[in-house]
Amino acid sequence: MQQIRGTSLLVKALQEEGVDTIFGYPGGLVTDIFDELYHQDDIKVVLPRHEQALVHEADGYARSTGKVGVCLVTGGPGAANMVTGIATAYYDSVPLVCLSGQVASSLIGDDAFQEADIVGITRNICKHGVIVNDRKNLGRVLKEAFYIARTGKPGPVLVDLPKNVMVELGSDEYPDKVNIRGYKPSTKVHIGQLKKAIDLLKTSQKPIFLIGGGVNIAGAQAELTKLVELTKIPVVTTMMGKGSIDTKHSYYLGNVGMHGSYAANMAITECDLLFSIGTRFSDRVTSKISEFARNAKIVHIDIDSAAISKNIKVDIPIVADAKEAITAMLNYVNEHETAEWLKQLETWQAAHPLTMQSNNGLTAKQVIDHINETCQDAIVVTDVGQHQIWTIQFLELNRNMQLLTSGGMGTMGYGFPAAIGAKLGNEDKTVICISGDGGMQMNIQELATAVAEELPVIVCLFNNSSLGMVRQVQTLFFEKNYSSICTRRRKSCPRRCSGTSEQCPPYSPDFVALAKAYGAEGIRVTTEGEIGAAFDQALKNTDGPTIIEFIIDKDDLVLPMVQGGKPLYEMILEY
Amino acid sequence: MEKRWLSLFVENDIGVLAKISGLFSGKAYNLESLTVGMTEDETVSRMTIRLISDDETFEQIKKQLNRCVEVIKVVDFTNSPIHMKELLFVKVRKCSKGDLDELFRIAEVFGVSIIDYDKESVLMECVQTESKNNALITLLSSDFQSIEVVRGGSVAIESISITER
Repeated sequence: MQQIRGTSLLVKALQEEGVDTIFGYPGGLVTDIFDELYHQDDIKVVLPRHEQALVHEADGYARSTGKVGVCLVTGGPGAANMVTGIATAYYDSVPLVCLSGQVASSLIGDDAFQEADIVGITRNICKHGVIVNDRKNLGRVLKEAFYIARTGKPGPVLVDLPKNVMVELGSDEYPDKVNIRGYKPSTKVHIGQLKKAIDLLKTSQKPIFLIGGGVNIAGAQAELTKLVELTKIPVVTTMMGKGSIDTKHSYYLGNVGMHGSYAANMAITECDLLFSIGTRFSDRVTSKISEFARNAKIVHIDIDSAAISKNIKVDIPIVADAKEAITAMLNYVNEHETAEWLKQLETWQAAHPLTMQSNNGLTAKQVIDHINETCQDAIVVTDVGQHQIWTIQFLELNRNMQLLTSGGMGTMGYGFPAAIGAKLGNEDKTVICISGDGGMQMNIQELATAVAEELPVIVCLFNNSSLGMVRQVQTLFFEKNYSSICTRRRKSCPRRCSGTSEQCPPYSPDFVALAKAYGAEGIRVTTEGEIGAAFDQALKNTDGPTIIEFIIDKDDLVLPMVQGGKPLYEMILEY
Repeated sequence: MEKRWLSLFVENDIGVLAKISGLFSGKAYNLESLTVGMTEDETVSRMTIRLISDDETFEQIKKQLNRCVEVIKVVDFTNSPIHMKELLFVKVRKCSKGDLDELFRIAEVFGVSIIDYDKESVLMECVQTESKNNALITLLSSDFQSIEVVRGGSVAIESISITER
């Protein structure tokens, strides 16, 4: 056993954990760690241009590879900048290990330069947070951090590293095993409960599967598809569950919730058995709880016992990993007689299919349709807003097409950095980022990162000169009082604007020119006919990112929409 | 909405108390009192928590606590036979001679100790159940003008043979 510095043990830990990429932004409190990283070649260190983007990049990397994303920042402002990224990961159960520099132990509590109690600040948005106060604990803490991040319901873990601990000599041992007495995740499914749930299934007339992100995280897409085909029971998904079954599958009804399809929301409302797997019944999915699945018995399978019976009353709770549960179910289920129910669902689908309501030429749907027609194997990452929901509604997903989106936190600025992380983790896949003009500007500086890393990410930037989703809410519920949603507005504009495009000042920035200023490519598209050529040009650019700016109409709406507090069956279907 | 009692076994580390109380404040659970101290194992601390909630929220609170990595075990004391006591100090000032006599009588009747006094003030030390402490405080507040109350919150442990609350 040798005596080595804390920094060396850290690098050893990363290697033992199979980490090949970390996202790091240096600073005074982590210079020793970066010095150690400089001397090794196994771990790629990516330099973003803002710590918030740093965490989103690690997040996109983790979601698209299934590995733990690793972040390294300095203390104080560096750590504080991680907060939004950590909250985003926490709410979507993404495994991250976030390492932050901290002032020397002797200075903690003295309001030292760049001192921040980041463990305290992130306490309620982390699965676990810990400061390494003693060099002896470093190996164990890091081992536990990775274990906690990736097991059970995954999530971000924060490890705070005081400067003195990192240069102190100590043991070179990295533990083999983990033993945390307060954390023993079990994924085994209780067969008795499962059988009870299946019995309930057998006696139902109008059953439905509600599938959430848990099935995607567990990698249980194939098992789910088998289950649906065996039982002939229709499926609806939450935003995070989309892609768990091929969206073209005949038993797939679409997304449920605030912007869910008519058929999916009606199916939930009228079903007599709601069999849900891997969802936590967020308010976006349930809307008015007392009216949610009002006639149904509810089975809830989730890996997190705290998610069960939290928001809604459950008849049969089952704590289990989605893949283990579904695999076990396959042994006990049979084909179910659902012909009449399926006919009813078809009627609903025909009554109000998902459409894009638009006055003018170029729409987001046309672009998404183009992606559906031309991409066979890609990762699509969205930012947050109207474009996100249109993508959820219209993007076709299957085992070769993956969707990454910030569902739980709805973080603007997530899309582009997450796409960068996804591309770094999946060199051979096409990565497309779909973003709005608002969200794109929150982490626009990452164009530099994408250019530096030579990443051919394609950004579909829907520019409607607005913060579209809020504008839509103002259109529908606030008498068109467009308060602070115009991204084209200048000081010279009237205080309250009726918004006719002829009078509007030019949009700032010119995204095409901005892309070129960063050394990326930029293309502007204003008509449907130009979409194909723009994508062809973007795909030819294999050395760096391309922004395709699509100018779309600010009055385009996302429909259906359920107003907050209203039951799912009261959807606004047209405007 | 009812009173509930929990006993938590937690890691004896910095920040664990902050984490537990942060959980209550962050999720707006109604925490009434919390005490914590080391156990016979110096790596383990034990908390006694009193809270008010309905049944569903209580189940949720127990699950959320169990999820914390630092929480080793959650024990629901609400319906268990336990011994539970709270430390209460009451100082009564501006007493007349008659007041002092009465306070000594009260202490004798209620089985609490007077541990400090001077010509005008009396300090009572009461180790008894929370409800007995409540009753004593109510009595003293109605009869005496100037009182000072310091309460520690209840500490509980499972009974061996008898039940008391």
